[in-house]
Parts: sequence; structure tokens; C-alpha cells
Amino acid sequence: MFITGVVGVLTRRNAIIIFMCIELMLNSVNLTFVAFSSYLGNEAGQMFVFFVMAVAAAEAAVGLAIVIALFRNRQTVNINEVNVLKW
Amino acid sequence: MNQLLTDTLNIAPIAGTIVLSLIVIMINALKKKPFQAEYWVSVLGIAANIALAVWTFPVRGTAFEGMVLTGGFASLTSVIFLVSAGITIILSRDYIEKIGLAHGEFYHLILMATVGMMTFAAGTDLVVTFIGLELMSVSLYALAGFSRRVAKANEAALKYFLLGAFASGFFLYGIALIYGMTGSTNLLVIAQNIAAYKAEPLFLVGAGLLLVGFAFKVGAVPFHMWVPDVYEGSPTMVSAFMSTGAKASAFAALLLVFTATFDFDHASMNTVLAILAVASMLVGNIVAIAQSNVKRMLAYSSIAHAGYMLIGITAGGEVSMAGVLFYLISYVFTNLGAFGIISMIENAEQQGTDLENFRGLYYRRPLHAVLMGVFMFSLIGIPPLAGFFGKYYIFIAAIEKGYTWLTIVGVVTSMISVYYYLRVVVLMFFQTSEETTRPAVAIDGTVALLISAFGVLIVGLFPSIVLDWMGGLF
Repeated sequence: MFITGVVGVLTRRNAIIIFMCIELMLNSVNLTFVAFSSYLGNEAGQMFVFFVMAVAAAEAAVGLAIVIALFRNRQTVNINEVNVLKW
Repeated sequence: MNQLLTDTLNIAPIAGTIVLSLIVIMINALKKKPFQAEYWVSVLGIAANIALAVWTFPVRGTAFEGMVLTGGFASLTSVIFLVSAGITIILSRDYIEKIGLAHGEFYHLILMATVGMMTFAAGTDLVVTFIGLELMSVSLYALAGFSRRVAKANEAALKYFLLGAFASGFFLYGIALIYGMTGSTNLLVIAQNIAAYKAEPLFLVGAGLLLVGFAFKVGAVPFHMWVPDVYEGSPTMVSAFMSTGAKASAFAALLLVFTATFDFDHASMNTVLAILAVASMLVGNIVAIAQSNVKRMLAYSSIAHAGYMLIGITAGGEVSMAGVLFYLISYVFTNLGAFGIISMIENAEQQGTDLENFRGLYYRRPLHAVLMGVFMFSLIGIPPLAGFFGKYYIFIAAIEKGYTWLTIVGVVTSMISVYYYLRVVVLMFFQTSEETTRPAVAIDGTVALLISAFGVLIVGLFPSIVLDWMGGLF
């Protein structure tokens, strides 16, 4: 699931889909935490999952706001067309 | 209850800055007409918080059941971030008015990012480290896209956000694997049995993923692709804050997690760190030569400086920790000053930061040209200035640990960097231009620049003051 997310981020060209793939990565982290937590029989991992979910929500709010600001200016969310800055 | 109060007092700089940022956003929400209350409250509040950080310096230990570090290291890094935030805010007042973004939220976001940085660098539990990292990053995503009608800034924010969130994913997965191996996320608990975990593949993979997350945040090659774009596209003072505060906090946390806790003498991990350092120094310094935009040039230079600091992390041990912290202090003063001057040269459309715009600056704004010269010489590492001693201590530590070849790469790439830093100086002093408009400068901003230059000089002339202060840190 983590690998799927990473591959998605690297290959997809739509900012929203990339963002969804990042969320996929975070969810795989959550699953890992819960699995280890039940395997080790200690609750620290489950607590961590709550923090990850809260942070992911905050990140989604800021991230989608950025995407909307970009869309208003450029009418696109395709990252190949977002190329004002180049070296 | 009593314990709670003591713990809160022990992390006074963090708690104080949280309160301060809430006060600032409340003033912004409640006030009727435009007034610079937020600015003054932020500046005075930051000064008070610096005093709190100095006051908590002797309380070495941890608070909240081993969750946060107090005193010593935490206080010193808090002072670094607060100074960085303070100078950024003072230089920003005039700048955000000029580019038409004079909103109080700007100060609130800077303060919130500062809280994140302090938490990031003081967390002794990976949960706290992670929360600090995200608080800092989310505030900086918003700041990067603060001028939301400018396409360049939108793009910078989007790139920063996507790559930053991507890096957080790696960071978290690393934490998950380390938790799976050690059964705890607390660095103090992990440190107790670290010798047993070090050879375990699962732990090494976890530490490697954690390192990828850190490398993204400090902007080390090959995880540097976002740095030039984001620094160029964001409002200049935000870039200044990112390149100083955010970078410093990532390095402080890297020191805490990798050097102090994991304490790798594992050959493979040190090789990875050395490769990151060499690649950053080479790519940063060589690509910087080709840049015509000074902001972008400083972005590549900041990649190179991350490389120098990674030498210290590779070498490990207390001497290098002190060396890296010293480097961070000198780098914060120098880079804030350099970006501050760029922010004054820049015009209202956020353009005009090319090398051409610096031509003959001495004949238009002598004081600012001289200050820019001081910052450039400090970035090169010319002896009486702070930059020299930063490099000196890191290189000494590396040689002691037997990393002579890394030091040689560091010295050679510093030589390369002389070219592009001096080019700015030559343009400012020895060439004249037809341009006669004198860039508008604000008095408080100039004072902040003088403070930075003063910091560069003091840290450079009397490095023993800073080193004594760091003396009993570890």
C-alpha cells in the first residue's frame, strides 16, 4: 500500500490524484502502526494513529486551499502545465 | 497539577510562543481598522520569549514524562528560532506592505511555524517530533502561497506542499518501522537499548526512511528539487524564514534523533550520510554559478550549506554537535541578512531580484551594499566573520573522526562558492548602472539588518562566547 502510494505520487500528473496517493501512504503508515501495536501488545502505536489522522486532516485543508488558489489563477491542476519556475 | 505547572514553566518558550501567536490572531480578528498592533505585539512578544528561553536554560531535563526536552539544547535552539522569527517579522513589515499582503495572519503563521520548530527540535518522543514537524510545515505551506494571486507563489506552495507531504509519509513510515522494532516511540527508551537494535535490518530500514524525511526538510541532494523553486516563488521573507528557521530546526532534530539517540557508528549509515553531504556540496555550489536570480542562487547556496552541516552529522560525537549548532547560529544571521536585503531591492510585483538589479548598488544605497557584502563574505567563510568559524569547527570535528576526505571536498567546494558570492560584491561596488532609483528601505528593517550584521561579527570575532554557552550542553 505504501509502495502503491509512492508509485502513484511519482507517476500521476494530476495534483489532486498525487495528493490522494500521499493520503494512501499515510493510511498505510496507520495500518502498520496498528499491526505493530497489536503484535507488540502495547497501545502507543494506536495513539500515534490518532495524531497521524489529525495531522492528515489539517494538511488536507491547507493542501486543497493551495490547489484551489492555483486553479483560480491557472485553470489547471495538471502539474506538467505548472512550470513557471525552472532552472 | 503541580507537576503540570512545573512542566509548563519548564517549556516556557514554547508555551509562551503559543500564547503569543493566539493573541496575535485574536487581535487580527477583533480589530476594526488597519493598525500595526500585530506587528508590535509580535516583536515585543518574541523578545519576551527569548528572555524566557534564556531563563529556562539551566533546567536541563525532560518535561511531560519524557516527551519534551527542557533547558540546555532546547533553550538554545529556541533562541535560534525566535531570533530568526523576530528578524523575519521586523523585515517583513515593510515588505508585505510593499507587495500588498499586509495581513495580520502573516505574523500568526510565522509564530505558529516557530512553535512547530521549537517542538520539532525539542521532542524526545517521535510523536512530539512529528507534531512539531507538521505544525512547522503546514504553517510554511500556507506562508509559501501567501500571495495567492501570484502564479509563481501558487506554484511554489503546491510544490512545497506535495513534496513536503510526500516526505512526511516517508518520515512516518520510518517511525512506524522503528516502533515495530523497539516497541516504543520515545527516544530516551530507544536510546537505552540502542546497541541491540542497531544491527537489525528492520531498524536500519526505519532509520533510513526517517533520514529520507529529514533530507527532504533540510534540502540535501538528491531530495533538493523543491528548494530552488520554492525559495524563488515564495515571498522573499518567507524564503528567508524557511532557509534559516526551518532548516535549523530540521538540523537540530536530526542531531537529536541521529547523533544523540541512534549514535550510528554503523558504516552503511555513515556512508549514506557522507554521500548526501558530498552530493549537496557539489550540486549546490556548481549549479549556483549558473544562476542569474539572486534568490535562486541563495537557494542553491543553502543546499550547499546543508552539505557542510551534513559533514558534521556524518562525523558524529559531541564536538560535531557543537560545530553544527555553531554553524546554524552563524548561518541564521547571515542568511536572514542576505534575504532581507533582497526583499528591499525587490519591487512591488515581486520581481527585480536578478543579479542586474544589484549592479552599482553601492552608489545608490551604500549602507545596504556594505551589509550585503558582509553577509556574502560570511557565506564564503572569510576569517573574521561567523561563517568562517562555523566551517572551521565542523571541519576540525570531521578530521578528528577521520573524515579528512570529506573535509577536502568541503574546502574545495567552498573555493568554488567564492566565485558566485563575490560576483554579487563586484557588481555592487565596482560597476555602475544607469539605474538611478534608490530602493525604498524601512528604518526598522535596516535596524534588523544591522542586528544581523552585528550578530555575524560578534559570533565571528568572539566565537568563544557562543561555545562557552554551549559548553555544558550535552
